[in-house]
Amino acid sequence: MSTPVLELSGISKTFGAVKALSEVDFHVDPGEVVALLGDNGAGKSTLVKVIAGAHPADSGGVISWDGDPVTIGAPSDAQRLGIATIYQDLALCDNLDIVGNLFLGNERLHFPGTLDEVEMERRAVELLDSLSVSIPSLRVPVASLSGGQRQIIAIARSLLGQPRVVMLDEPTAALGVAQTAQVLDLIERLRDQGLGVVLISHNMADVRAVADRAVVLRLGRTAGDFPIAETSYEEIVAAITGAADNPVTRRSTRTGSSATATKDKE
Amino acid sequence: MSQQTHVPNSVDGAQPQDGARRDPRLLTTVASPSGWLQALRRNIRGGELGPLPVIVGLLLIGLVFQSMNDRFLSPQNLSNLTVQIAAVGLMTTGVIMVLLLGEIDLSVGSVSGLAAGVVAVLAVRYGTSEWVAIGAAVGVGLLVGLIHGFIFAKMGVPAFVVTLAGLLGWQGVHLNLMGSDGSINTSSTGPIAMLTQTYFVPVVGWALVLLTLALYLVSVLTVERKRSGAGLPHKSLVEVLFRAGLLALPLVGGVWILNQYKGVPLAFLIFVGFVVMLDLVLRKTRYGRMVYAVGGSSEAARRAGINVDLIRISVFGIASTLAALGGVMLVSRNFAASVSTGGGAELMMAIAAAVIGGTSLFGGRGNAYSALLGGLVLGAITSGLLLLQMDTSVRFMITAAVLLIAVILDAISRRGRKTHARGGA
Ligand SMILES: Nc1ncnc2c1ncn2[C@@H]1O[C@H](COP(=O)(O)OP(=O)(O)OP(=O)(O)O)[C@@H](O)[C@H]1O
Ligand SMILES: [Mg+2]
Repeated sequence: MSTPVLELSGISKTFGAVKALSEVDFHVDPGEVVALLGDNGAGKSTLVKVIAGAHPADSGGVISWDGDPVTIGAPSDAQRLGIATIYQDLALCDNLDIVGNLFLGNERLHFPGTLDEVEMERRAVELLDSLSVSIPSLRVPVASLSGGQRQIIAIARSLLGQPRVVMLDEPTAALGVAQTAQVLDLIERLRDQGLGVVLISHNMADVRAVADRAVVLRLGRTAGDFPIAETSYEEIVAAITGAADNPVTRRSTRTGSSATATKDKE
Repeated sequence: MSQQTHVPNSVDGAQPQDGARRDPRLLTTVASPSGWLQALRRNIRGGELGPLPVIVGLLLIGLVFQSMNDRFLSPQNLSNLTVQIAAVGLMTTGVIMVLLLGEIDLSVGSVSGLAAGVVAVLAVRYGTSEWVAIGAAVGVGLLVGLIHGFIFAKMGVPAFVVTLAGLLGWQGVHLNLMGSDGSINTSSTGPIAMLTQTYFVPVVGWALVLLTLALYLVSVLTVERKRSGAGLPHKSLVEVLFRAGLLALPLVGGVWILNQYKGVPLAFLIFVGFVVMLDLVLRKTRYGRMVYAVGGSSEAARRAGINVDLIRISVFGIASTLAALGGVMLVSRNFAASVSTGGGAELMMAIAAAVIGGTSLFGGRGNAYSALLGGLVLGAITSGLLLLQMDTSVRFMITAAVLLIAVILDAISRRGRKTHARGGA
C-alpha cells in the first residue's frame, strides 16, 4: 500500500462546550475513494472543514501530507497543499456562463486585465472532455443547467487548481437517479486519475457504488474503518447507529443472516 | 473494488464530432433568416428578450408622436433630444453599475446637484478656471461615492439606506454651498457651456461611423478566427456581416439625421462614449467579470477569492462620479446651477431608464447599452409630450406606465429563466 496522501491522527475540535470531534483518525490514499459516514451531527462536515482549513483543529492532533506533518490554519493552506473542497451549497454565479464560472477568480488574461475568452473556453472544453462530461453549450448561464450539471461544474472548477485530494460534502443529496449516476461516474474518473476523493453521503447505495473504503464517525469519534467490498450493509449501519440492536440488524436477524457490531475498529 | 451498479450515463455517449464540439441536445442555429427567427423565438420563450422590446417600443413611440405632430421626427427635434438625454444618461450609466451589483443608488440626483453647485461656485464665485471646476466637481463625486461604498461594504448598512441618507445629506451640502444665491449663472462661452453647445461637422460623424464599424469587424473577425483555430464553435462570415449590418443601421441613420441639423453633438458623443467604454469594461475585463459575479452571488464571488468589498466600493465610486458628470452637463445646458438642480425628476428618470433599457433590478443581469436605449425611450416621451404641449402630470403618468411595463417584463423574464432552469439532463 502506498503512503497516504493525507493522514490525520488524534484530531479534536471543540466549539465552546461542544466537542464536535475527539481523537479522530483518518487517511486517504492516492487513487482511492473514501466515504465518510455518520448520522446527523456526527461531525462529518466538521472534519471536512478542519481539513479544508475553514475551522482549524484544536492543538494536539497531527495532520500529515505525503507523510510530512503540516499545519492547516486557513483555507489558503489547504489550497496550497492541493486540497479542493466542494461544499453542498455549490457557490456558483447563476448569471455567469459555464466558462465564466469555471474560471471565476482565476481568469486567463491577455492584456493587463482583458479576458482571454477563447483560451478559457478552449481550456474548459479540454477539462470537461478529460472528465468525459458533455454539456450542450458552454455559453449558457449556469442557472439553466440541471442540478447534476451544476454539481459537475462545481467539481470541474475545483480541478483547475490541480488538487490531489478532492472532498465532496453530500454531492448527490439533491439529485435524481440519472444525475446521481453522472456525478458518481465523475468521482470514479477522479479516482482513476490518481486523486484521493473524500465523499460524504447519507446514501448507502452511492457509497457502495463508488467508495473503496468507508470511515464511520459517531458522536465525533471514529467508529470504524471498513473496506467496502468485504463489509455488509448491516455492519456499516450498526457502526453508524452504534448498536447491534437497530432496526436494520433486527430485521436481518429475523431473516437469518447475522450481523456483528463494528469490524476493524481502531 | 467498487461495484458499478448505477445507471450508465447516457450523456457520455456523445462524441466530439468533426473537430467542433457538438452535443446532440444542442440546438443549432441554421445560418439563414428562418434559422435566426427560430433562435429568436427560442430566446423569447426562454426569457432572454434582449433589447428587442425596447427597440420595438422606441419605434412605436416614434410612430405615434410623429403621427400626432410631424415635427417630432425632424432632425432638429431629434438632435435636441440627444443633447437633452446626455445628462441623465450619464447618471443612468452609473446607476446600471450599481444595479448589476444587485443594489440601488438613490443619491445620484443629489450628487449631480452637488456637483453642479461645486462647478458654479468655483467657476463663478471664486473665478477658478472652468476646467479645474469641472475636475473638482467630478472629484467630489468620486469621494462621495467612495464614502457610500465604504459604509455599505465595510459596515454592512444596506445600500438603500446609505444612499437614502446621501439623497438628503448631499442635497443639504448643495444648498449650503449655494448659500443665499438661489441660482448662479455660468459663462455661456466657456468650456462648461461648450460641452452641450459643440456640434461636429458632418465628416466627423461619418468618420466615426466608419471607424466604429471597422473596429467592430476587425475585432469580431479576429475573435472568430481564433475560435475556429481553437476548434470552438464560431460564427460564419455571413453571420458576422449580418450583425455588422444591424449595427450599421442605427449608426448610419443616426449620423445622417444629426448631420441634417448641426452635426453630431459633443454632449451625445460624451454620453455614448461612456456607455461604450463601460460596456467594454463590463464584458471584456476581469473587473467587469467580478462586478457580474458579485451581482450574481456575492458568496460565490467571495469564495472564488474576489475582493467583494473592493468591487462594491469601486462601483459606488463610479456611480457617483458619473452622476457628478451628469451634474456638470446639467449646468452646461442651463448656463446655470440652481438650488433645485438635480433635485427634480433626475433620480427617478435615471433609475427608470436603466430598467426600461433592460438592466434587471434583481442584480447580475443587464448591460451598459440599457442607459442609451432607456434614455432614448424616456427622452422621446418627454420631447414628444412637450411638442404636444402636454402637462408634466401626463408625462409622469406615462413614464410611470412605461417603467411598470419594463419592470413587469424583467420579472416575467426572470421567472421564465427560473422555470426553464433545471430542465436539462
Ligand atoms: N460552527 C459551529 N459552532 C458550534 N457547533 C458546531 C459548529 N459546527 C458544527 N457544530 C456542532 O458539531 C457537531 C457536528 O456537526 P457536523 O455539521 O459536523 O455534523 P454532520 O456529521 O456533518 O451532520 P449532517 O449529516 O447533519 O450534515 C454538531 O453537534 C454541531 O452542532
Ligand atoms: Mg454535514
